[in-house]
Amino acid sequence: MLSNNVDLNAKIPNNVGLADDPKLLRALEKWLPSYLEWWHDMGPTDFEDKPVYLRTAVSVENDGWAHYEHVRMPDYRWGIFLNPREQASTIRCGDDAGKPAWSEVPGEHRNALRRIIVTQADTEPASVEQQRLLGHIAPSLYDMRNLFQVNVEEGRHLWAMVYLLHKYFGRDGRDEADALLERRSGDPDKPRILGAFNQPCDHWLSFFAFTMFTDRDGKYQLAALSQSGFDPLARSTEFMLTEEAHHLFVGETGLDRIIKRSAELQRLDPNGDVRNQGGIDFDLIQRTINYWFTYSLDLFGGEISSNAADFFATGLKGRYREDRLPEHRALDQSYRLPVVDGGRLVERDVPLRNAMNEVLRDSYITDCERALRKWNRTLEEAGSPTRLSLPSRRFHRHQGIYADHRFNPEGELVSQSAWDRDHGRWLLRPEDNDYLLSIMKPVYEPGKFANWIAPPNKGIEGQPVEFEYVKLHD
Amino acid sequence: MESPPTHATPVDFETDPSRYRHWRVSYDGPIATLAMAVDPEGGLRSGYELKLNSYDLGVDIELADVVRRMRFEHPEVRVVVLTSGLDNVFCAGANIHMLAASTHAWKVNFCKFTNETRCEIEDAEAYSGQVYIAAVNGPCAGGGYELALACREIYLQDDGSSAVSLPEVPLLGVLPGTGGLTRLVDKRKVRRDRADIFSTTAEGIRGKKAVEWRLVDGVYPRSRFREAIAGRSAALAAELARALPAAERRGIHLGPLLPELSAGRRRYRHVELSWDDNARLARLTIHGPTAEDVALLGRGAEAAHAAGDQLWALRAFRELDDAILHLRVNLPGVGVVLVRAVGDAAQALAHDHALTELRGDWFINEVIRHMARALRRVDLSSRTFFALGDAGTAFVGALFELALAADRFYALDDEDAPVQVGLSPLNFGALPMTHGVTRLRAHLHGEPEQLSRLGEAAQLLSVGDADEAGLVTVRLDGIDWDDDTRVAIEERLSLSPDALSGMEANLRFPGAENEDSKIFARLSAWQNWIFIRPNATGAHGALTLYGKPERPHFDWNRV
Ligand SMILES: [Fe+2]
Ligand SMILES: [Fe+2]
Repeated sequence: MLSNNVDLNAKIPNNVGLADDPKLLRALEKWLPSYLEWWHDMGPTDFEDKPVYLRTAVSVENDGWAHYEHVRMPDYRWGIFLNPREQASTIRCGDDAGKPAWSEVPGEHRNALRRIIVTQADTEPASVEQQRLLGHIAPSLYDMRNLFQVNVEEGRHLWAMVYLLHKYFGRDGRDEADALLERRSGDPDKPRILGAFNQPCDHWLSFFAFTMFTDRDGKYQLAALSQSGFDPLARSTEFMLTEEAHHLFVGETGLDRIIKRSAELQRLDPNGDVRNQGGIDFDLIQRTINYWFTYSLDLFGGEISSNAADFFATGLKGRYREDRLPEHRALDQSYRLPVVDGGRLVERDVPLRNAMNEVLRDSYITDCERALRKWNRTLEEAGSPTRLSLPSRRFHRHQGIYADHRFNPEGELVSQSAWDRDHGRWLLRPEDNDYLLSIMKPVYEPGKFANWIAPPNKGIEGQPVEFEYVKLHD
Repeated sequence: MESPPTHATPVDFETDPSRYRHWRVSYDGPIATLAMAVDPEGGLRSGYELKLNSYDLGVDIELADVVRRMRFEHPEVRVVVLTSGLDNVFCAGANIHMLAASTHAWKVNFCKFTNETRCEIEDAEAYSGQVYIAAVNGPCAGGGYELALACREIYLQDDGSSAVSLPEVPLLGVLPGTGGLTRLVDKRKVRRDRADIFSTTAEGIRGKKAVEWRLVDGVYPRSRFREAIAGRSAALAAELARALPAAERRGIHLGPLLPELSAGRRRYRHVELSWDDNARLARLTIHGPTAEDVALLGRGAEAAHAAGDQLWALRAFRELDDAILHLRVNLPGVGVVLVRAVGDAAQALAHDHALTELRGDWFINEVIRHMARALRRVDLSSRTFFALGDAGTAFVGALFELALAADRFYALDDEDAPVQVGLSPLNFGALPMTHGVTRLRAHLHGEPEQLSRLGEAAQLLSVGDADEAGLVTVRLDGIDWDDDTRVAIEERLSLSPDALSGMEANLRFPGAENEDSKIFARLSAWQNWIFIRPNATGAHGALTLYGKPERPHFDWNRV
């Protein structure tokens, strides 16, 4: 047991009064060794003894949430923070919008809330597991550091969710917290809960696509939960969003740097053949976008969903930036979406509450489209004639109303035989992996970058690009 | 509006494997695999999609057909593995949108039929040594778990997300009414306080805890699931094969019944059902066995096998069963059914003797078990049955069960047209009611001395003697017959149909309850009450609003 407040805060930085809550502290201290063991087994183990230039959140103050120094990852201080609120929180949506928010779990929503929290929590360790070997083929120390930054913060997000489970959900919560460390990404017997978090992520193109598209789903889920009437969940996810922004930055700029480099190689090669120059061709980039974007769309859940309606109606989960919307009940309104009926796409109106997953997906897609415009500007500036695009939201889906039908990337219904013939042109193929692994050799010299990716415009926290972000030889 | 859909497309209860849309059956020696893969577009009515292996009456009609054919056509099968043919789900239960859009009568009939089918699964285990095990390879909710509960053993895939659950109370404001609550505590002996937690936890219980609470018999990881199920079914099949006589069992084929349909009439070979919608009256006539039918049985089991589905006892009771189902679901306006068993009393008695002689044979055993199930279907039908023992009738043995199943038995006592009734060996235990006793015992529940006087003696009786023995409700002579029966029918037709359904269901089953009868009585009665309560089906009820944007509003008063 930690002896005093100062020691405790040094070990588990928090603003939730952990030192004054011996019961919770005991529970978390019991969980901590299992967590460290999990990190040791499933995290970026081979780099455990290397000091990494990491950002640590040590308080919620302006100067406290981003404290930079070289640390070894197992010594990282995984903290627990709730965003401070200036005035009393209220329920932001649904039938009880405007009433005071719950500071304890209401009995009638306990199971639903636990499920929401467990589902969110499960994604955090999952991505660490998916990415655990990528350090070995890092294109630079800068990128390696970003990978580890993402990893430790996903670890902290797990802490944040486990705190809620321990604090508010009794024995069930503790059992769920244990189970979070027992599931494994991609394990057929104990897979992670959501599909995209069981897909392999064996190389850096997938990593950047994952942080661009899949972490971005995380951003929108967290944003919707930050509107929750369960105040501790709202404030916890709000704080997580500040960290998530960096993950999205890593993904979006990582892809942007690959695109920039591929455009250079395209120009350099007499035949405009990017692969001939050891780069990643645009076709493969487009197929990667198609693959990860659509798997990430699945994470939002069914287009027409009674769960989504319930979560909104009961105030457990709002829309993106619900607090800025003019109206929060969403009754007697409808949402129009295309459905397959008799082999054709027809428009159908569904009650808005039942379409809340789709409403959130809309916000997400708008954000992805913005990134695509940015990448296409990069291509334009580099003088490349190529343009990249997002596939239709109906393409390559495994969940929801489009999952039982085949669509091309334009979103048009196609036959099974057309799909069988063409899907190799649209999606990643096994031989793509072979090629990518063949060009992804580690580059560990400060300031140097692999041939297939351009350096970033600037370093981290005012440090130069050639800064030794990970000290491999200490 | 609860207007009777008499003229909607009638539901056909007959099907065969070539027409299945929702089930795949495969056979491997003594083990059969029954995979549920419901076609979402294959609903019996329009307006809902059968997603996630959710079911409607049409899906259950196929299941009932599978279960029946398994016994007759595949007697070599010892173990039936019930599993899902879909990747991501075992079974999501009855389709909620179908339930929410259905009339009360439809819901009641749907639940009754599905309950009967689940009892048939247990009946196959008890009397045919054909054991069902549930291989729950995905989420298993509500009616899906109730289906698993009808199996002898339940194995659950342990993948961190597959759970068994009964979410009806917390999500829909109704009951797991297909035997769920009853089998939980009576059959699986789940402690009732744990059953209380389980039945109010929408997400259900998975993994080791499901085993500890006896909700399932075992959990296996996904990668070893198939192998574990294969191992368990092989061991079980071997064990069962030891207990059963090794005689070679070759199934017989159940062909279609192909009744002749005309306005107000279904004419089968041995059974005829006719009805008059305006009069709200139906007539059900069954023709007893002939001398040839008796002679055929006299030639032994081989001859009976050769006759197969043409055997009178099988054919006539399949026809009876189909007629009763038609009456229940397609003729809701009919209130009173007049039942007549016509034929030769002596042949009927000789038939039952011959059948009983052969009951050690697997096929004859199945035929008798099937007769019992068809008769139970009559007991459980919410129609008034008056058996009319007038000239030409022969309520004897198995056919006398129809008189005993009826609410009243009117018998003609006229010298010019003597009528005989009679008891055969089949009346003394082979054809039990749902609650496990013979109809004779239930009938004479308050007159044990009458019952013991009858002993177990097969005999033909005059109407006068039968009346003395307490077996006739109203004995009429030829002068009074027409008038008295007419008045009785008219009076019956004037009474509240709801009150009659309730009254009949309460009077037909004297004696102690058992697990099956609790399902049809206690559980169904509560469910049917809840189905008409505003908290479930009112404008703001939980069942009405499931999947809709509004949340339910309850009337908090306890009733
Ligand atoms: Fe995260
Ligand atoms: Fe993240």
